[in-house]
Amino acid sequence: MKFGSGQSVRRLEDVRLVQGRGTYTDDIALPGMVHAVMLRSPLAHARILSIDAGEAAAQPGVLAVYTGADCDAAGLGDIPCTTSVRNADGSRVFVPARRPIATDRVRFVGDTVAMVVAETVEAARDAADLILVDYDELPAVTGTARAADPAAPVLYDAHGSNVVLDWELGDRAGTEAALERAAHVVALDLVNNRVVVASMEPRVAIGAFADGRYTLHTPSQGVHGLRDRLAGAVLKVPPETVRVLTPEVGGGFGMKSFVYPEQALVLFAAKALGRPVKWRGERADAFLTDTQGRDHVTRAELALDAEGRFLAVRVDTIANLGAYLSQFAPFIPTLAAGGMQVGVYDIPLIHQRVRGVLTNTTPIDAYRGAGRPEASYVIERLVDAAARETGIAPETLRERNFIAPDRFPYRTAYGSVMDSGEFARLLRTALARADQAGFAARQAGRAREGRLSGLGMAYYVERTAAGQEHARIRVLSDGTVRLHVGTQTNGQGHETALAQIVAERLGIDIERVQLAPGDSDALAEGNGTGGSRSLVMAGGAAGQAADAALEAGAALAARELQTERGALAYEAGVWTAPAGASIGLFDVAAIAARENPEAGGLGADAAFSAATNTFPNGAHVCEVVIDPETGVVEIARYTVVDDFGVVLNPLLVAGQVQGGVAQGLGQAMGEQAVYDPETGQLLTGSFMDYWLPRAGDLPDFDVTKQEVPCRTNPLGVKGCGEAGTVGACGAFVNAVLDALAPYGVRHVDMPVTPEKIWTLTGGRMP
Amino acid sequence: MPDFAYIRARTIAEAVEALSADPQARALSGGQTLIPSIKQRLAQPSALVDLGAIAALRGIAREEAHLRVGAGMRHAEVAADAGVRALAPGLAALAGLIGDPQVRNLGTLGGSIATNDPAADYPAACLALDAEIETSARRLPAEAFFTGFFETALAPGEIVTAVRFTCPRAGAYAKHRSPASGYALTGVFVALLEAGPRVAVTGAGPGVFRWAEAERRLAEGFTADALEGLVPPADDFLSDLHASAAYRAQLVAVMARRALAGAIAGSRG
Repeated sequence: MKFGSGQSVRRLEDVRLVQGRGTYTDDIALPGMVHAVMLRSPLAHARILSIDAGEAAAQPGVLAVYTGADCDAAGLGDIPCTTSVRNADGSRVFVPARRPIATDRVRFVGDTVAMVVAETVEAARDAADLILVDYDELPAVTGTARAADPAAPVLYDAHGSNVVLDWELGDRAGTEAALERAAHVVALDLVNNRVVVASMEPRVAIGAFADGRYTLHTPSQGVHGLRDRLAGAVLKVPPETVRVLTPEVGGGFGMKSFVYPEQALVLFAAKALGRPVKWRGERADAFLTDTQGRDHVTRAELALDAEGRFLAVRVDTIANLGAYLSQFAPFIPTLAAGGMQVGVYDIPLIHQRVRGVLTNTTPIDAYRGAGRPEASYVIERLVDAAARETGIAPETLRERNFIAPDRFPYRTAYGSVMDSGEFARLLRTALARADQAGFAARQAGRAREGRLSGLGMAYYVERTAAGQEHARIRVLSDGTVRLHVGTQTNGQGHETALAQIVAERLGIDIERVQLAPGDSDALAEGNGTGGSRSLVMAGGAAGQAADAALEAGAALAARELQTERGALAYEAGVWTAPAGASIGLFDVAAIAARENPEAGGLGADAAFSAATNTFPNGAHVCEVVIDPETGVVEIARYTVVDDFGVVLNPLLVAGQVQGGVAQGLGQAMGEQAVYDPETGQLLTGSFMDYWLPRAGDLPDFDVTKQEVPCRTNPLGVKGCGEAGTVGACGAFVNAVLDALAPYGVRHVDMPVTPEKIWTLTGGRMP
Repeated sequence: MPDFAYIRARTIAEAVEALSADPQARALSGGQTLIPSIKQRLAQPSALVDLGAIAALRGIAREEAHLRVGAGMRHAEVAADAGVRALAPGLAALAGLIGDPQVRNLGTLGGSIATNDPAADYPAACLALDAEIETSARRLPAEAFFTGFFETALAPGEIVTAVRFTCPRAGAYAKHRSPASGYALTGVFVALLEAGPRVAVTGAGPGVFRWAEAERRLAEGFTADALEGLVPPADDFLSDLHASAAYRAQLVAVMARRALAGAIAGSRG
């Protein structure tokens, strides 16, 4: 089949998007719409003594100025954090109340202090400048390790400490014993740097209220979760009175999964004013108020026996969670990747402790990979450190410890069961493609030109989300198929991938299948995009719904053709009876539509469940060239060999890997959200100060695949969306450390900036 | 964006008159610094006096041993100009390294030096090529023009009209760009003029400056190894988010050596 599974079908959505014909939330203008601007706290930590909005409210064109007191009076609930994480002692995580607008205290630069609604954005902004806020500034704390110090300023007096989470996993005593008796123990203190998400499309929210129902247009990673949380936690209304719509989305990376104050506030204001209210974040709002990613400091240890076999891993992390607990904040450093620091290795013991701290910084939550890149970075740095310590080549040490193919299904030390993997084969393939054999010659050649070379590798494993997902299919008499799913494309290419699955099941052209935009009214339930789950889960549901639609259609076709259902043959969208009479899918759809107009024609709903995760994995090999005088690093070649199980669309998958690797390398090479430790000001508050990798900063990546089918889902697929970010940081830093090994350098933290390298090389060749 | 008046000047005199009449008015050339500043409400001028239509600010001409570049010339135009490429290739190369293509297609020479951002590229060329700055009121040497951190000798109502660069016997610019902004974390222009060598440094200090010790060494011999081992003291250098003073000092040393190598390689003898 031309556009079936395994084909590199070009993205159906791209012509529309590159021609500017996409509809993003900011393109929506509702009749009578007015505009909201948020007044942001200029201070990282302060008591609000008073707010005088009188002059602002009196400005021409201004409809209202709202403060935290108005939200209280309206009975709005807190912006929710939904966590099932428990502390090691069984107690609950401390979840501070996050009001939609701060009331008595601001806790990070960017915290919302007031909302101005006016006829125009300009009028709202001018008025916001006239609001007088009297602050009593308090000492701020921004540093991750510093926040855990009992002497640090405390954000929540009622809790008395910034440590709000103290979680453990694994076998503490067993791990400790293994470390004590081990022949070798390597230990590293690692920083996983804080990054800004920087989606191309900023956050937007348009709220409307009519006939007793709220409508929210907003970019999201799933409309249903947003609907349920806004309705249940903030607006305190039944979920059916809230409709959430998401059109095109220009990048989410986790960040657009959560309820944000602005979404609740435009709904609140729309109801209060009787007019639709729009808020569109500027880039400055994005830097200050979009959730950020990572920000861990970790002490990690790996125990080895005399032959280099891994015995145990111990990991102790402090995770910065920002000023409030965002929706999944406690989950990301803990359960999202709990214990995955054992990587793809046969390590019987792990003990992990995570303390989560609050600081006067922007809240942290899921960012592409959400815990798995952090875990992968820990183990892959440890393995390279162990290779140096033992003198065993890094690829040999990895092979010695890989879970062997005959061990699957394999129960890991952290409890998950991995279904499949051929790690040694993939690593060897990657090293061959990276021409590891020719590296020494390249290195020597560059050394003659005064440049350093390093070759580093990482073997990553991902764990993608399982659970349940929903789909609805309607075969329409106009010759198209409309598909609704409970996940939400953010630009990944769902329109193409899901259409491939449905078109193949129905035996029709892929162009006939249209993925509907996110609409919580069009589909009852959905669990959203995140954790690389869309293809496995929404794909599974879409396939199931297509099968069910076909089954319903076959019954009608049998009736029309006056034959037994079992006697029909179906091919290329046509049912044929033994006698030769036939009827097409869309003709059957027309009949169904006539007979049962309320159901919208021929169709089916499906709920797809997967009890187990998938474990995509693969090898990254990075070769760097370093100018020792300036410390500038150039990536000479970058090789990825992935196992995503059965690959539905290699082109889409390669795109996901390319972008993921670029994001990972961005974090490793230079991205860093920097806060002034005294004032708590975000120093990297624009792209003039915050580096994001450009196309020219990175080489073409060599991305290939080896298909090891997943044994736990019907498509045989493994999630691919986040994988690139999971492997990249470790491979890059290991390559840099390989280059710097002649200087005796054993460690460098991300981001590995030129200045850091210069301090290690002293500006000269070894 | 707050309201402001917009005045499109046709002549230098018109521009000067409009700027002199209103102390809160600002001259608009390429707008690469001013427009973002207004958008962020860091600048709130009462009026913008657009210099873009003034023909007298345009053009590049050879004047004996000098290149006279109109203040309104865009970076991309200077980078691509055959005369500049032939007579001062280091200047053309510098113009081609400013910002990104969008900046180079809008930003102008006059706008750059009148702003005098300590990390801008053009001021280094002005000092190294012993430029004379022509303004609506006078002519003054570059060293008298750049007076400090975002400061110039321009009086209220005075605008830059052209820059007369000396064509060097040899000259090149080496830049270590801030990866985020594209500005010079450190840029060094090394030139050999008839009057002697010049080494101008931008990005490292609070303003562009000549590195006297390097010039002294080069005066002894304009040779590839002349700057070997020479690192400027970091005492007065900037230290910020992007680079420490010590790293900037290292970059000055490295960029100076690379600019020297480039100057020798491209030398007209």
